[in-house]
Amino acid sequence: MSNYTDELVDFDEALDRYDPVLGFEVHVELNTKTKMFSDAPNAFGDDPNTNVTPVDLGLPGVLPVVNKTAVEYSILIGLALNCQIAEKCGFARKNYFYPDTPKNFQTSQFEDPIAYDGYLDIELEDGEVFRVEIERAHMEEDAGKLTHMGGSTGRIQGADYSLVDYNRAGVPLVEIVTKPITGAGKRAPELAKAYVAAVREIVKNLGVSDAKMERGNVRCDANVSLMPKDADKFGTRTETKNVNSLRAVEHAVRFEIERHAAVLDSGAKIVQETRHWHEDTRTTTSGRPKSDADDYRYFPEPDLVPIVTTVEWIEELRGRLPEPPAERRKRLKAEWNYADKEFRDVVNAGVLDEIEQTVAAGATAAVARKWWMGEIARLAKAADKDISDLGVTPATIVELNSLIEGKKINDKIARQVLEYVIDGEGTPSEIVEKRSLAVVNDDGALGKAVDDAMAAMPDVVEKIKGGKMQAIGALMGPVMKATRGQADAGRVREIVMEKLGL
Amino acid sequence: MNDLIKLSGTELAAKLRAGEVTSVQAVQAHLDRIAEVDGALNAFLHVNAEEALAVAAEVDAIRAAGGAEAQALHPLAGVPIAIKDLIVTKGQPTTAASKMLEGWMSPYDATVIEKIRAAKLPMLGKTNLDEFAMGSSTEHSAYGVTRNPWNLDRIPGGSGGGSAAAVASFEAPLALGTDTGGSIRQPGAVTGTVGVKPTYGAVSRYGAIAMASSLDQIGPVSRTVLDSAYLQELIGGHDPKDSTSLPKDLEGLVAAAEAGATGDLKGLRVGVIKELTGEGYQEGVQARFNESLELLKAAGAEIVEVSCPNFKYALGAYYLIMPSEVSSNLAKFDGVRFGQRVLPKEGPLTIERVMAATRAAGFGDEVKRRIILGTYALSAGYYDAYYGSAQKVRTLIQRDFDAAFEQADVLVSPTSPTVAFELGKNDNDPLAMYLNDVATIPANLAGVPGITVPGGLSEDLPVGIQFLAPAFEDARLYRAGAALEALLEKQWGHSLISQAPAIDSASIAQEA
Repeated sequence: MSNYTDELVDFDEALDRYDPVLGFEVHVELNTKTKMFSDAPNAFGDDPNTNVTPVDLGLPGVLPVVNKTAVEYSILIGLALNCQIAEKCGFARKNYFYPDTPKNFQTSQFEDPIAYDGYLDIELEDGEVFRVEIERAHMEEDAGKLTHMGGSTGRIQGADYSLVDYNRAGVPLVEIVTKPITGAGKRAPELAKAYVAAVREIVKNLGVSDAKMERGNVRCDANVSLMPKDADKFGTRTETKNVNSLRAVEHAVRFEIERHAAVLDSGAKIVQETRHWHEDTRTTTSGRPKSDADDYRYFPEPDLVPIVTTVEWIEELRGRLPEPPAERRKRLKAEWNYADKEFRDVVNAGVLDEIEQTVAAGATAAVARKWWMGEIARLAKAADKDISDLGVTPATIVELNSLIEGKKINDKIARQVLEYVIDGEGTPSEIVEKRSLAVVNDDGALGKAVDDAMAAMPDVVEKIKGGKMQAIGALMGPVMKATRGQADAGRVREIVMEKLGL
Repeated sequence: MNDLIKLSGTELAAKLRAGEVTSVQAVQAHLDRIAEVDGALNAFLHVNAEEALAVAAEVDAIRAAGGAEAQALHPLAGVPIAIKDLIVTKGQPTTAASKMLEGWMSPYDATVIEKIRAAKLPMLGKTNLDEFAMGSSTEHSAYGVTRNPWNLDRIPGGSGGGSAAAVASFEAPLALGTDTGGSIRQPGAVTGTVGVKPTYGAVSRYGAIAMASSLDQIGPVSRTVLDSAYLQELIGGHDPKDSTSLPKDLEGLVAAAEAGATGDLKGLRVGVIKELTGEGYQEGVQARFNESLELLKAAGAEIVEVSCPNFKYALGAYYLIMPSEVSSNLAKFDGVRFGQRVLPKEGPLTIERVMAATRAAGFGDEVKRRIILGTYALSAGYYDAYYGSAQKVRTLIQRDFDAAFEQADVLVSPTSPTVAFELGKNDNDPLAMYLNDVATIPANLAGVPGITVPGGLSEDLPVGIQFLAPAFEDARLYRAGAALEALLEKQWGHSLISQAPAIDSASIAQEA
């Protein structure tokens, strides 16, 4: 529900007069086994308040202990974002009273983030590349989850009471903050989406986060401001909180640009505030006023000692970095020799890994693409499942393909076999065996079927003799029928030609 | 009075080992003493009789059975101990002497409590303190003042007045305290007992309700230096649950105390801190201090004067850093998850209003004063001038110590500038109370260890002598402290505590 009443200016028109400036704060939940400062399990979906220790509840007397794996994951993220890694850094307390924060302060990093001064090159769909500068990536802990009961909005205002689940309290987070992003112009919404997608892809590729936006593993706060084309000073920004899908990021940025332009056109001022994103109406509404002087009374966390990173440690971690997704795509596109559109479709379908593994298992890139983008994608769609959940492995494809190449089965039967694989009947060879699906390429049996077909269709035979080779196709139906679809079409064609002395 | 309670912890331990007494007898003697005098003193907020006797019986049974298990018993097994009620314990309430935690039972034990349980020391109960350890007199407890066993009209020091009074009055041979600005040492001084603030990190803070995390340290309270050495060896050591705990155990504390007890201090350089004598120190305190110096010199110590020019800023820096950390550490007491919850008398029941009503009702004035001070000191625009400057002073004080320890192996000063003041005297003057800690605070700011040992009487009240050592060199404190203790007792012909007057319970009972 939103109570949106703002005027908007048409997007293109807005961008004729104003330059947008973007900024993003992306929170990434790490998938460590335990929490940031306690040994409670870091797990999603368990019964409320079961994954808690005295530390997570902020009971009197408890002390935090830093999760070393979380620090390593944070450094990996920093390295993947081309950041400097701090030689020494510490935690600070961000003090504010709110019941989802058990200690009434959040343990975070303030003056000295673990990673800083990085960048990410973002490639848009048409290949244009924007460099997004990263200001910092710092470690902190997540808050618990409040559920406001009663009331109509689901917000704390108007609720009768609220329930709090501290399972999420203390889950390790890395907050990635960009420097102001200028120069995107009309591509700002697109860039916003691409940037968040790139961050999500990087942390997923690193294996440090489950990276599921719908579960809140990756959460985006989008800052937008407009400045008149000839201005040299940034305008006042708004921060749209918790924009939690890629599409929503794009829409929220677009909406705020249109709204800001209308406010500025009217001569009014943008109020610096947080905005709530409403997926139903694709609009934002005013949240709470926010000033740069929000007083969180930060001070160094006295219960923790500084984290010191040695060169050896950082280099060891650097050695663990997988190939960056963008570079990997560039390499694979070249290796596989796909056309631009083919490759983009593969990326969008999310089967890069599957194709790579299939090629590694021995199939050609063309064959791999044919299967993953064709029949498998179709079956996934029909079953309303993710491709990865179908149970088709690269080995399945390689085996199917070698059955085809060995003329054991034809394409049509291969597709059937695939369905049986998905149904759990076994490997392709087992299924072909069990179901007697091997093609008939025994010349005796085929020869008889061809003779029968030719005898039944003398006019077709004449056409072939007259040089119309495509007429052979007409003989295929009866031959297939006679062999219950198991005839090898190539061999049938050869036999016809032999018989006609062509 | 049963003679068992007059024994030091170490002496009692020897009798237990020898089979001359049982732990149950020892615990019962102390429980009887508590029943006898605690009505007058109010040192205990909770008496843990049942569990203490059960643990004692278990130790007795192990001893009676003999064999490997008896051999493996900790030297202090069966010796009862009192616990400052700032340290969380399973099975006993933990209140921090605040209404805020009235009736709260911790679901977990502090690390030091786990060690005490493992060593099988029967816990007699939880001792009184200034609310959340904020005060120097134990007058700021939500559960009534504790009185000084030497003079029931006087304060027992604070914040650990309960532990000190319990040990001074023979209610317990041993106790645990916590020291943020002197809360172990100043009560020790004004009750004629021994108290040690170990090197910061030498004892795990896990389970000590935080007042000021960068200053807090748990330490031993006892009547003899040797007892404190045994107790620190028991509770000390690295704790993976406390990131600020030292990676290595400090060893040789008992050996150092035993070596010191010979009274030989040849070669030890003792630095007298110029800034911690003279003006502001009572004449009688200064006189006892000077006598101690003469004894140390006679025992072979080399007395040198050292200057720590920045110590004059220590109190000011402390009263910025401590309340700043307090304002954050005490934010968790909001009525949402544990402890008291107070609903506003009128108006809507929003979370802010319930938190506010809970904190308004749950905290006493001294706690509120420090939360307000600290909140202000950390505020945007004031942070650099207050918290930031105070941290710089802290560095300067550390450098003063570094320079002083170039010239001296240990430093020495009166522990407190005055003897115990009268109850109620500083009710309207918190700054006067704060001044009591002027000699103890520098050690907390620098993280170095300190000990107080009884130095005699002034106006019939105890005076404490403080030794300070470099970080990690706690053993030096035990050597110097045990030496001074032995030299003084030799001179007097008795221990100071043996001169404490009988406690006249009747006088207080009538007042009440």
